Amino acid sequence: MGVRDGLMALLARGPRHGYQLKTEFETATGKVWPLNVGQVYTTLERLQRDGLVDAAERDGGQREFSLTAEGREALGEWWEANPAEDAPPRDELMLKVLLAVDVNPEHAIDVITQQRTTLFERLQQYRRTQRAAARTANGSLAAALVAEALVARAEADLRWLDNCEQRLRSREDQ
Amino acid sequence: MTSPVLQFDDVVKVFRQGPEEIRALAGVSLAVAPGELVAIMGPSGCGKSTLLHLAGALEDPTAGHVLVDGADLAGFDAKARAQLRRQRLGYVFQRLNLIPSLTALENVMLPLELDGTRTAEARRVAAEALETVELPRPHDRYPDELSGGQLQRVAIARAIAGPRQIVLADEPTGALDTASGDRIIELLAKLCIERQAAVLLVTHEPRFASWADRVVFLRDGRVVDETRSPAEVSR
Repeated sequence: MGVRDGLMALLARGPRHGYQLKTEFETATGKVWPLNVGQVYTTLERLQRDGLVDAAERDGGQREFSLTAEGREALGEWWEANPAEDAPPRDELMLKVLLAVDVNPEHAIDVITQQRTTLFERLQQYRRTQRAAARTANGSLAAALVAEALVARAEADLRWLDNCEQRLRSREDQ
Repeated sequence: MTSPVLQFDDVVKVFRQGPEEIRALAGVSLAVAPGELVAIMGPSGCGKSTLLHLAGALEDPTAGHVLVDGADLAGFDAKARAQLRRQRLGYVFQRLNLIPSLTALENVMLPLELDGTRTAEARRVAAEALETVELPRPHDRYPDELSGGQLQRVAIARAIAGPRQIVLADEPTGALDTASGDRIIELLAKLCIERQAAVLLVTHEPRFASWADRVVFLRDGRVVDETRSPAEVSR
């Protein structure tokens, strides 16, 4: 997932060399997703094997890659499909809270309190970085959107912790 | 830490409702320094608003002490309290309480004039406060001619006009969208830096609270945790 489709999306703009794909991919993803050039070539070879990409030798012996008609069709399907969701989500925060609830509600409240504070400090850090980038106005749009995703996810986790606490406490009151 | 402008020392507040006792605050200690923005978060009924009422000398603690500039509010009579509210403390609420028949400038001037400031001086101080909160000109527009964010700016200008340097803000972003709300909190953060104001902000939105230097979490009338400073976090 990800790199393969990302490279195809870049190739939809026109033929490109492997190294060019690496740098364009990194710029487009706000430099949060570094690629190793070997990984790019391996992925391109697989795409070629599957008939989704063609390679042609150019002057100077460099290989240039382009999407085949089949590749364009596969890319179209990728844009339309929703990202797959692992059900149920198995992130560490959720695991901690669920196991804490299983021990006892008081322990769970302690874990929620501590996780919330740490998560809040992280949110403060994201927001400081975001504000500093906005002030200097030298960040790319991609980097700003990545930062916004981190903020939104931290907010969602904080909201989830609040809801967990509320539900735990209303059970205790019963 | 420089000496706090606002301090809660083991504060307890109990309300009586008929035979029932409600313990809104159960021993809160908290100090806010000049130039500090402190956000208070917690579930409804955790005592957030009670804390602001006590800071504003609108209520008295059942036990413990509330100090402003090092002075215990318990020793203040009604006159001293009124003076404190007019000269040291400013309130910003979710409900703005602006007077619709007065212009933005007049709304900010009103408490100054009620406090005995001459009209010309009140006008100068109010105009300066509106500049500080970056309310677009003209300042003689009426509340119904201003956007939600602009109205909140007027309310903040009213809270900080003159020498007041302690701002008590209770859900000041309540009625605003995310971007406008963010600009309001940014403004409060700027007041802390530029005027060395101390701001106590009650909010339930993590995004807004994240502007604070420190976030204090209340539950059942107690401080259960607080965030560390960036220096402590990176240590």
